[in-house]
Amino acid sequence: MKAIVSVKRAVDYNVRIQVKPDGSGVVTEGVKHSMNPFDEIAMEEAVRLKEKGKITEIIAVTIGGAKNEETLRTALAFGATRAIHVKDDGGIEPLTAARALAAIFKKEGAQLLIAGKQAIDDDANQTGQMVAGLLDIAQATFAGKVDIEGNKATVVREVDAGLETLEVDLPAVITADLRLNEPRYLKLPDIMKAKRIAIEATTLAELGVTAAPPVKTLKTTPPPSRSKGVMVKTVDELVAALKAKGLA
Amino acid sequence: MSKILVIAEHADGKLNAGVAKVLAAATQIGGEVDIAVFAVDGAAVAAQAAKLAGVAKVLTINNAVNDHPLAATLAPQIAELAGKGYTHVLFPGTTFGKDVAPRTAAKLGVPQISDVMAVHSATSFDRPVYAGNAIVTVEAPAGTLVATVRLASFNAVAETGSAAVEAATVAGAAPAHTRFVKLEAQKSARPDLQSAAKVVSGGRALGSSENFKVIFDFADKIGAGVGASRAAVDSGYVPNDMQVGQTGKIIAPSLYFAIGISGAIQHLAGIKDAKVIVAINKDADAPIFEVADIGLVGDLFTVVPELQSKM
Repeated sequence: MKAIVSVKRAVDYNVRIQVKPDGSGVVTEGVKHSMNPFDEIAMEEAVRLKEKGKITEIIAVTIGGAKNEETLRTALAFGATRAIHVKDDGGIEPLTAARALAAIFKKEGAQLLIAGKQAIDDDANQTGQMVAGLLDIAQATFAGKVDIEGNKATVVREVDAGLETLEVDLPAVITADLRLNEPRYLKLPDIMKAKRIAIEATTLAELGVTAAPPVKTLKTTPPPSRSKGVMVKTVDELVAALKAKGLA
Repeated sequence: MSKILVIAEHADGKLNAGVAKVLAAATQIGGEVDIAVFAVDGAAVAAQAAKLAGVAKVLTINNAVNDHPLAATLAPQIAELAGKGYTHVLFPGTTFGKDVAPRTAAKLGVPQISDVMAVHSATSFDRPVYAGNAIVTVEAPAGTLVATVRLASFNAVAETGSAAVEAATVAGAAPAHTRFVKLEAQKSARPDLQSAAKVVSGGRALGSSENFKVIFDFADKIGAGVGASRAAVDSGYVPNDMQVGQTGKIIAPSLYFAIGISGAIQHLAGIKDAKVIVAINKDADAPIFEVADIGLVGDLFTVVPELQSKM
């Protein structure tokens, strides 16, 4: 059984985000990038399912410019068996990414798409659900636990009310939440080995995908900053400060 | 003129409190606003929705397939209903909305705007990116506009309305591929975390599930909801539905206590809209003090009981 894992290159989660003074975006040049952390969790889950013999092939897919190749190398070091790079230098809308992933999913006859629930750059939280909608297949988002038995996946989802369990027939889309697993540390030999695997290149046109109408970003601004407050030394001072604000 | 469809999230016959906030965003867009209630029997929920100010009509779509809010069941029905002249389809920015909205957008072949936090016009909005460390102003393309609304950014509309309730029919079929098994919900008599005026959260410094009693006791004394940092949830002290932060719940109480929470960026992203943040931590260098309105350096196990006795 083939599984596809979508991976995205994003500004590293430890980087302090700086908005450009002219409002044209955030500073991404000369800033550390890595695989979106939720995609690392998705990759780890796929590798664990392969180790358990539930899936036989993991195809990592990314969409974007040349630099995204490094993210595919990371996916291969995790244990992806193949890597597909959909080359595109434009800004990729989630709907466009979903169309490309759906096309690859069908072409490969995959049974499972595991995706991070969101990317930590645009925080859209859309692509996985859109792929499921385009293909009319089951979706289980925000997964905290995944069990695959034959043609069925039982997924525990982290929802606002608590934990929801769904049973879905494959093919299906699963999106990974934080607590699904803890991704492994990549070992140097695996990283070296990953460098020797050929990456398959394609384009939106080759996949027969038309780009979605873009949502235009007019400007980017820093969030309103909170002014630094006061430090108190005792509980009595704290209570007095709350009373002064009418809160105690 | 805009014609807006708001999707009602509900459970156990109760309308989710977030829907009144989505209404606020819809009212700012302007035009006619309808609410759709997908249920087996939506009468009780529709009656609550009809009271929200600014609603033109409430549509009930009663169908046995709507007994659990599954994206695969709801998205095609919502897409069909949206096709009846609606310009906008709005969802609350909850796990429900985040699950269903993109599938609906895909069905409609349109992009989605996630986490609307301010409305500039019928097609232009602000939304957070990079865990709220930047705000982008976006302009949506032509076509039906599907969006989720960031609840912490809007105040609920009043319950002064008396909209008409009408039955609507769309084709709905239960997908053979998805089955609801169970929901393990934390039943609690405490105020709901996402709508509570006061929230007390505990972090890793609590050290154990048993020690979290300090937080619960204090919260009960002041009538607050209880939250937790990701570290406390990951350590298994409390369940996942209590997590406050970028990947948990984003809240906007009038008073927030961060107790034994260092203040990781992802936690701060969830509390940026709190009116007053109080931080109690024994580490004077904890980043939480940089955003707190009132900070107290001390051992939470002595400070919190004392505070409880004095409030």
